[in-house]
Amino acid sequence: MRSVNPEELKRLVCEHIEDADVEVRCYSGDDHFEMTVVSASFAGKPRIARHKMVYAALGDNMRAAVHALALKTKTPEEAAA
Amino acid sequence: MSDSVQEQIAEVVKNNDVLLFMKGTPQMPQCGFSQRVCAILQEQGVPFAAINVLLDPAVREGIKTFSDWPTIPQLYVKGEFVGGCDIVSEMHEDGELATLLAPLKEGDSEAA
Repeated sequence: MRSVNPEELKRLVCEHIEDADVEVRCYSGDDHFEMTVVSASFAGKPRIARHKMVYAALGDNMRAAVHALALKTKTPEEAAA
Repeated sequence: MSDSVQEQIAEVVKNNDVLLFMKGTPQMPQCGFSQRVCAILQEQGVPFAAINVLLDPAVREGIKTFSDWPTIPQLYVKGEFVGGCDIVSEMHEDGELATLLAPLKEGDSEAA
């Protein structure tokens, strides 16, 4: 499995999801990341649909990312809560 | 990938209110992520059916096609794909999972 570049992932998500606010943190060693994506476009969508939107944005990086990334998806309202 | 596997998966998803595709069994999980989701469901106190994907390579690959999701475990509630380990964990922590499962807990059933 090729390694995941968090900055690259962040760029891809910002490119594909309108108004996305993306934060990436390393959280165990350097091969695991936590990514929080905040976007109004998540409103009314179940978590799985939100995650699929993010993974779709990641394209070919998705399979590696899905194992290396703890993903949180929030709307601006949820992020503020 | 034969269509019959997809049909079998659709059938079992339809017929079980809470269904977990996992590696191993609830008594003997073979993967930490599967183990974690089992533990969460047990903590929620909801009866669930579990399918061990390690017993059948066709199901192991077929479930990924079925849900368009690349990893196992996969939790289905009332025929809907809910998510894998991290989604289920997150929902468990913020109370969303309890809300989703509440109507399915034993003793809560309105059936006579």
